[in-house]
Amino acid sequence: MKTTLRFLFFLLLVRPITLVILGLNIRHKERLPTQGPAILVANHNSHLDTLVLFSILPLRLLPKIRPVAAMDYFFRNSILAWFSLHIIGIIPIRRKKTGAEGEEDPLKLCHEALDRGEILLYFPEGTRGEPEQMNRVRSGIARLCESRPELPVFPIFMHGLGKALPKGEILLVPFFCDVFVGEPVHWNGEVESFRALVEDRMIALSKEEK
Amino acid sequence: MELKSSVVYHFSIRDVQVFVMNISLCILAFLSFLAFKEYLSLIPTRRTDHRVLFWAYLTIPIQYYLIAKGWYGAFIVFIPVYAFLFLTLRMVLIGETEGFLRSIGLLQWGLMTTVFSIGHVAYLLVLPKAGNPHGGGFALLLYLVFLTQINDVSQYWWGKALGRRQIIPKVNRNKTWEGLLGGVCTTTLLAVILAPFLTPLGRWAAVGAGLIIGLGGFTGDITLSAVKRDLGIKNTSAMLPGRGGILDRIDSLTYAAPLFFHYLHYLYY
Repeated sequence: MKTTLRFLFFLLLVRPITLVILGLNIRHKERLPTQGPAILVANHNSHLDTLVLFSILPLRLLPKIRPVAAMDYFFRNSILAWFSLHIIGIIPIRRKKTGAEGEEDPLKLCHEALDRGEILLYFPEGTRGEPEQMNRVRSGIARLCESRPELPVFPIFMHGLGKALPKGEILLVPFFCDVFVGEPVHWNGEVESFRALVEDRMIALSKEEK
Repeated sequence: MELKSSVVYHFSIRDVQVFVMNISLCILAFLSFLAFKEYLSLIPTRRTDHRVLFWAYLTIPIQYYLIAKGWYGAFIVFIPVYAFLFLTLRMVLIGETEGFLRSIGLLQWGLMTTVFSIGHVAYLLVLPKAGNPHGGGFALLLYLVFLTQINDVSQYWWGKALGRRQIIPKVNRNKTWEGLLGGVCTTTLLAVILAPFLTPLGRWAAVGAGLIIGLGGFTGDITLSAVKRDLGIKNTSAMLPGRGGILDRIDSLTYAAPLFFHYLHYLYY
């Protein structure tokens, strides 16, 4: 039942919004993964970002796609929490450490998902920033890829979504959106240098000529 | 019995016509939407104008509703009077004065070309049948769009074959006097040949229509060239591979359509 609802939600609502009302120009679609496990890392300016990433992957992969999302934001109330978990299919993570003894690894659920061969949508800046501006990539993405040298990480840069639905706005205004898909990168053995590698690739994509 | 069946037949043809007309208007409205969206995606917009842009989009269904109803008076004033004044007010109320004049100017030019001008193509469809007994609005639309396209192509080929003297190299290096002259003559010739089949235009009136479409198409083309030069881009988008974006396709119509429409309207409606 929930699977059907999720499928219908993406087929009848999300895709018409992203493909017709917005309209996507996708560059290098052929680079995208055809199976899991994989991670798509993208810049984050709008709630639309997640929906666009869902739309550039084939619908048959839908059951495998899991956006990684902040618990504090999406679990604000029970309706939003239910919707986020079952329809969007998020993996909730804690953004701030509580500092309590024996605290679980915040990325534990992500690791389990990757072990199941799922495709994670991950926003390595940690939050939605100013439109068209990259924030510093945090080291979380490197911690996730540690000990997974086989795992492909696809850097993606999206233009225009921060204009279509900026942070704090509820009215969607149509804009064409450019989605640039980069070559996948793999774990290189060191947290800081992998973090920097992902950041560099995303910045390079953001500077590609439209 | 026979009479009854002919009445039923008559009604169903009319229904089909209305249906086809509404579908055509929806397609043209969608074309306006795509073109306006492409325009907004190209120009620099201020973040504070988010809601103004939302209102600007709403003019598209309203304008096409007025067209579908055939309310000529409302169709002709809605965008340049009501929408322009209202959007300006809405932008003023946001209260950001830096870049205000530039933003409202950019927005109005976009609506003018992508919604108001292209709306004229659509209004050809709802003109009274009596004005063009040959084929009604569809024939007029075909005449306009076909000649505009022919004009683009023939100006290109005449320019390729004979082009020497550039007209405005700073805006568009490919436009030459030879191309323009050859293209306008070709278009005018075809306008005269096609007029008796598709339009109410007499021979000399068709010469006028050909000149209007030829010169109007040229102007629309170089105007978009100037816009693209200003924005530093080559094509308006990669939406149609190898052919640029929607605006690249309809640039000539943005001038040719309203000019042709009002010429025709003045003479026959």
